[in-house]
Amino acid sequence: MSVRVQQADFDVSDEIAALTRGNESIGAVATFIGKVRAGGQEASLRSMTLEHYPGMTEAELSRIEAEAAQRFELSASLVVHRVGELVPGDNIVLVIACAPHRGNAFAACEFLMDYLKTRAPFWKKETSADGEGKWVDARESDEETAQRWRIAHS
Amino acid sequence: MSVNAPTREITVRYFAWLREKTGISEERVMVPDSIATVADLVELLRARGPEFDAAFAHASAVRAAIDHAHAKPQASIAQAREVAFFPPVTGG
Repeated sequence: MSVRVQQADFDVSDEIAALTRGNESIGAVATFIGKVRAGGQEASLRSMTLEHYPGMTEAELSRIEAEAAQRFELSASLVVHRVGELVPGDNIVLVIACAPHRGNAFAACEFLMDYLKTRAPFWKKETSADGEGKWVDARESDEETAQRWRIAHS
Repeated sequence: MSVNAPTREITVRYFAWLREKTGISEERVMVPDSIATVADLVELLRARGPEFDAAFAHASAVRAAIDHAHAKPQASIAQAREVAFFPPVTGG
């Protein structure tokens, strides 16, 4: 179980190899990668700058990961989130969930992303082609998506 | 506040557009003991100037954390070392 916040890009196959090495209880590995997309809220996106709250980010991601590990009986998991200036096509976030079987690996991957999006203290600022900056608004639908796990659990 | 009013020092941090509106990322604030909750602290900060008043004008758009954990407006800051204010998160 680990979380990392970094400016550098990540390599998904290196990360899977490091995470699963020597752990023969793993029968399923589910991964999610979030990327910078052109044509989001800002149609002429030049770049996206990700700010975070050092200390709280790691604490919050660790809490989310611990919850996922317990709920889905994970064998291993990893969350890597990039910060700084990114351009369309760049990777933003990587989630890997490892479990004995696929059902829990898929579900944990989705759970980790849903909670990361509503709990982890990251903020995106988009810069358009004309150089204007705009903070991305939080989406109500992300909160609703995360809520369904709470209902399912109670 | 009288000179003898009991106070404590709290680190206050601002992120994203709250940082831009206040012009500050981090500061140490002397907080009277009568300031008991996150909401009380917001009122104290708003009274300091127009840039703070503007930053907190839309209460529903501001989230808070106490010592690296999410906190509601009514949460106690009696034991807080660090309180942070920021917009709803947009990572992932």
